[in-house]
Amino acid sequence: MTHIPTDSAPDIPAAKVASSSAPLQLSEEHHLCPGCGHPVAWRLLLEVISELELERRAIGVVGHGCYTNIVRLADVDFLQCLHGRAPAVATGVKRVQPQAAVFTLQGDGDMASEGLQEVLHAAGRGERITCIMLNNGVFGDTGGQMTAATVVGQRTKTSLDGRDPASHGHPIPVADLVARLPGSVYVARGAVNNAGSIARTKRYLRRAFELQMEGAGFGLVEVLTMCPTGWFVATPEGPDYLEDRFEPTFPVGELKTA
Amino acid sequence: MATALMQGSDAVAEACVAAGCRFFAGYPMLPFTDLLESMSRRLPEVGGTCINVESEIEGVNMVLGAAAAGARAATGSCGQGIALMQEAIAEAALNEVPFVVFNMARGQQDYFQCTRGGGWGDYRTITLAPKDVGEAVEHTQLLFHLADQYRAPVILYGDYLVAHTYMSVDVSPRQYGPLPPKDWALDGSRGGTGKSRQIWTWAMGKANDPGPGPDAHWRRLAEKFDSIAGQEMRHESYLADDAEYLVVSFGTAGPFVDYVVDELRAEGMRIGSFRPISLWPFPERALAAAASAARKVLVYEVNAGQMIDDVRLSIAGRCPVQFIGGVSIDGSGMRQGDLLEVGSIRQRVLAAVRQEDER
Repeated sequence: MTHIPTDSAPDIPAAKVASSSAPLQLSEEHHLCPGCGHPVAWRLLLEVISELELERRAIGVVGHGCYTNIVRLADVDFLQCLHGRAPAVATGVKRVQPQAAVFTLQGDGDMASEGLQEVLHAAGRGERITCIMLNNGVFGDTGGQMTAATVVGQRTKTSLDGRDPASHGHPIPVADLVARLPGSVYVARGAVNNAGSIARTKRYLRRAFELQMEGAGFGLVEVLTMCPTGWFVATPEGPDYLEDRFEPTFPVGELKTA
Repeated sequence: MATALMQGSDAVAEACVAAGCRFFAGYPMLPFTDLLESMSRRLPEVGGTCINVESEIEGVNMVLGAAAAGARAATGSCGQGIALMQEAIAEAALNEVPFVVFNMARGQQDYFQCTRGGGWGDYRTITLAPKDVGEAVEHTQLLFHLADQYRAPVILYGDYLVAHTYMSVDVSPRQYGPLPPKDWALDGSRGGTGKSRQIWTWAMGKANDPGPGPDAHWRRLAEKFDSIAGQEMRHESYLADDAEYLVVSFGTAGPFVDYVVDELRAEGMRIGSFRPISLWPFPERALAAAASAARKVLVYEVNAGQMIDDVRLSIAGRCPVQFIGGVSIDGSGMRQGDLLEVGSIRQRVLAAVRQEDER
């Protein structure tokens, strides 16, 4: 009878995980917090770029947030741009490099707060780009303040008793706004808090890139990601907190399909 | 030389096309609007793109993206709209993305805005101020070259007169010599090769190829702007060698001043003029030399006194510097007022000379 040790993790699956880095990943290490959802989204993005054979055509325009570190960690052409302006910058890139797969990577602070007009106008113009918003409802990079996507009741360092609509207003559902615009062809909201949502989010990203390369129009994928540090919850509680607190305000699924 | 009679905005648009500009983005605002309209007509004809944008902030960021992807690109507005672009102009200076900004200003009140800038960080913007449409055509082509040569955003400081005057000009392409290859431009082609590109103000590089980081990167940029300052000063001086009185002005005020200088010379006064063509870098050594015989330097600008700071820094106390300009705006608010007129310049020069004689 084979003896299976139970006092430590089996080494074979761990080795498998370590050896299966995404093809465009330059480093197996990142400096984001334990339990952060961003690296999962990064990974999905890089897998989709590789699977669609867009490695030699991808150009990323990245805003300001914890996720910005992807410009160091992925083997993709990147422009790190001003806070909120990525959809405008990506418009310029795509118009002169129409054969490229141009995407933005932004957070909710970047897209819903600082740069709402950029994403709405880019969608309105029907730019052939893919915008990705990693939505954790908080300014993670600056230590946990309220954004335009912070959900009602959520505690942040600038809403200590929880976001109160009477004084802080309501969160802005960017994907829903973009879906209303005739210039957008594909809008979806995914999450990365469990295996099923991760698989679905990958399909959404894949579809958005496919439609961009077909020249169909503007695509947006909002991805709900965990930020236990900025949410002030224990790391293992991140995925459940996301489902319980965020999904009622930001329901996941495809909002608009071509 | 093939010349054609053109309105200034059309001429500048043709100069952009001749320089290879293939991306333009702008938001309508008088007196810049005509240039935007010209570019929206012309660029599609040569396979380019002109976007009538939803805001100046988006326009300048689109241009940053197009230029980062290797195109010759430009935007513009007048001072009020350029104010909204300052963040991106500073960013482009710091992440080294070259493009041209046309400030078709409503007057001369944007001297500080062009030469000092309103963005953050240690950066400068080469700024050329044409005296007329002919110079605007020449400067436009030169600015695309300088932007690429130094990988930096640059500014043309025009105004209502440059935008709307008709002049016979030559808009054929001009050669300014070889440029470094744009091997830094993003096209996605190096993804997955281990040598993918990155444009980033913090210049931290990739995990497999670390960059200099902000400290070394920004120190190198400061040295670059120092070096530009040493090489790109441009000016025009007129009858300055023996001039007891030297009138300094910039842009379209220059020809008005020169007219007064001619009049007063004919009347026996030893007077000359000096016009910085590059507002930054300000031609400080040339001005000091032009003023070597001067009893007094007079500064004529249609604003409350902005360039006079650079004039004082250049003269460095060697002779008195007196301001003879002033704020003057047309009732519409769109262009210089009637202070920009030969009679009033003459009157102010003579008053300053009398003051000196009575001393």
